Amino acid sequence: MQILTQSVGVSHYLVVGAVLFISGVVCMAVKRNALGVLMGIELVLNGANVNFVAFGSKFLRSDSAYALGLDGQLISLFVIVLAAAEAAVALAITLNFYNNHSTVDVDRADELKG
Amino acid sequence: MAEALANYLWPWLAYLSVGLLQCVLLLLVPFVGAMFFVWVERKVSARIQDRLGPTRCGGKFGWLQLLADGLKLITKEDLRPGDADAVLFRIAPYISFCASFAALLALPFSNGWVAQNLDVGVFFILAVLGLEVFGVILAGYASASKWSLFGAMREAAQVVSYEVPLGMCVVVPVLITGSMNLVTIGQMQAGFFTQWLVFHDPFTFITFWVYFTCATASVNRAPFDLAEAESELVAGFHTEYSGFRWLAFFMAEYGSMFAVSGLAAILFFGGWNGPIPITSMLGLTPENGPVLAWIGNLLGLFNFIFKCVLGVTFMVWVRWTLPRLRIDQVMQVCLKYCTPIAAVMFLGATCWTYLLPGGVGLRAMPYAQRYVTSAPADAAAELDRIATTRVARGGE
Amino acid sequence: MGPINWHTFFFYLYALVACGFAVAVVISTSIVRMALYLIVALGATAGLFFLAGADFVGAMQLMIYVGGTLVLLIFGVMLTAQGPLVSLRTTGGDWIVAMLLAGCLAALLIPAGLTVSSWHTGHPVTTAEKDAQDVQTVLVSTTIAHGVPTAGGLPDADSNGIPDKQPITAAPLGMGLLGARVDKLGDVPEALRPGMSGYLLPFEVISVHLLVVLVGAAYLARSKRRAPNR
Repeated sequence: MQILTQSVGVSHYLVVGAVLFISGVVCMAVKRNALGVLMGIELVLNGANVNFVAFGSKFLRSDSAYALGLDGQLISLFVIVLAAAEAAVALAITLNFYNNHSTVDVDRADELKG
Repeated sequence: MAEALANYLWPWLAYLSVGLLQCVLLLLVPFVGAMFFVWVERKVSARIQDRLGPTRCGGKFGWLQLLADGLKLITKEDLRPGDADAVLFRIAPYISFCASFAALLALPFSNGWVAQNLDVGVFFILAVLGLEVFGVILAGYASASKWSLFGAMREAAQVVSYEVPLGMCVVVPVLITGSMNLVTIGQMQAGFFTQWLVFHDPFTFITFWVYFTCATASVNRAPFDLAEAESELVAGFHTEYSGFRWLAFFMAEYGSMFAVSGLAAILFFGGWNGPIPITSMLGLTPENGPVLAWIGNLLGLFNFIFKCVLGVTFMVWVRWTLPRLRIDQVMQVCLKYCTPIAAVMFLGATCWTYLLPGGVGLRAMPYAQRYVTSAPADAAAELDRIATTRVARGGE
Repeated sequence: MGPINWHTFFFYLYALVACGFAVAVVISTSIVRMALYLIVALGATAGLFFLAGADFVGAMQLMIYVGGTLVLLIFGVMLTAQGPLVSLRTTGGDWIVAMLLAGCLAALLIPAGLTVSSWHTGHPVTTAEKDAQDVQTVLVSTTIAHGVPTAGGLPDADSNGIPDKQPITAAPLGMGLLGARVDKLGDVPEALRPGMSGYLLPFEVISVHLLVVLVGAAYLARSKRRAPNR
């Protein structure tokens, strides 16, 4: 229980961000379902967001004057917006693919002819 | 409250117990609220349909009927369709209930009586109310029934579409008051009822009606209740649910209705401020001591709950008066009517605030001097105040 | 043993939920379960944002990411999860390559996160900084209620694990997006001065970008005649 009495620093957040990022990369590499790959992309972007917010927080590091401050939060806002935009387009492409080939298996997407 | 308790207990225990107490109090809102609103619905719908409603259980008004219904629901057999995905089927009602409950966390019930005084309170409530749709989709999918899935998809499309005009309507009071903090927005409407934001300018007045329409659609109440239409989809996404799980969906729905009514009360109708500032006239303010301030806040609580109940009753009234809209009509109302009107109201409110910053008539005062509470009138005086209090505290 | 620091407790709760469910997304085979696990993982990430003092970003994550992007994803899942497409399995060879990749990334990222010693502990707010925060708030706006004390938010100076005030980020973020960095009115170290510009240009670019994406996605997803099954 000693661990619950110490305060949390940027390193803890970076480890969480790294785990999210790695899960996302493995998800993108391993999944055959196109929507599974999309979920991997979302995890990757969230891992990066966790890092940005951690660097931008004044309260997670002992030398708080060097925190990014609101820059970290602003950048993560832009990342969220861009992730939403890219998810919308990726889903539209996936649905198009499904309508044309009746499958979302990325292993079957091996011809250029639509 | 927690800091006061921290003088008697270990600080971490003080905060834990205060947190748990606030959770229990807020859990009472969906539980008791659902029962009360069911009774209101049955009585109001009965009167609108020229009949009496429950009159046997509990005397003339049938108020024990809810207890009887609650007991029946809890003791029902726990059914699950054979093809249903077990985990998803079981967990779906609780996701909706959690989303509806979390919205109550940031809702102030009186001046300062809020579980979490978030600086982005308005935004948080809107965000969390939008998460209720996941419970619905999961319930529709996990029920392994075509009709449930249709109902769930329609409801998800409706809720997500109506978030856009809802957000735009909510932005108008935020724009006028300059803050997303719900306690601040409530404090800025202190005084007579003319200070309420709904009477601030004609644009905000119309915005309230658009907000109410979008909020009704957002919680899937008639006339937008195609997802649960008894005459069309049996019961939509909660067809296969019975007993306590159905009760969880029900409590989520009434909890959300309470939350959006509460949001309307704070954003447009002054929240805990009554039409006449009785609390400041009688001296029930913080300057006169903590006990009187607590009594003043209690009166504010009654005010707030009264406004919420009024909002929910209005939703019940509309449900039993208007016919149901088809799904394409629902989408039309959102995209062709609510969204453009909300955008024009937003523009109008912006221009009004820019051209007439203090308001007109009774409201013609500079903003900084209108607030009854501790917002500073000018920066220099406030900086002095901070400096002197720090010095007086001996730099602790 | 000292008192329980609730900030740390909730951090570990949200971190374990987020990481656990992210790994569950990778391991799970059914696409619908994967979507559910992703929703929970991203919701826990929003909790992490709130704990780091970024409550606007946390609310935005809940509204836009979880409440928008993931609803879209769930729609896509529901529309395409028919029969054999619900669980598509991967061969063992692919898994081995992926685990190798994961191992390399982990060996790179996790030690990199642990290098700087000033990142290992948090920073309780001292009295002088609380004064500075009050001054900052007054300078930013005279109508925002400055720091109503609540049980949640920032770490505190008395190190009793109880935060003192809620962070005020919404108005400074808004002003930053318009180009005025009101959060950097005090003294900043020389190293950070170049980053003091506003974000007006990216804001405008993102707005146009979203419009383009809206039109593009609506065009791509328009209903067309469906091809017969293979």
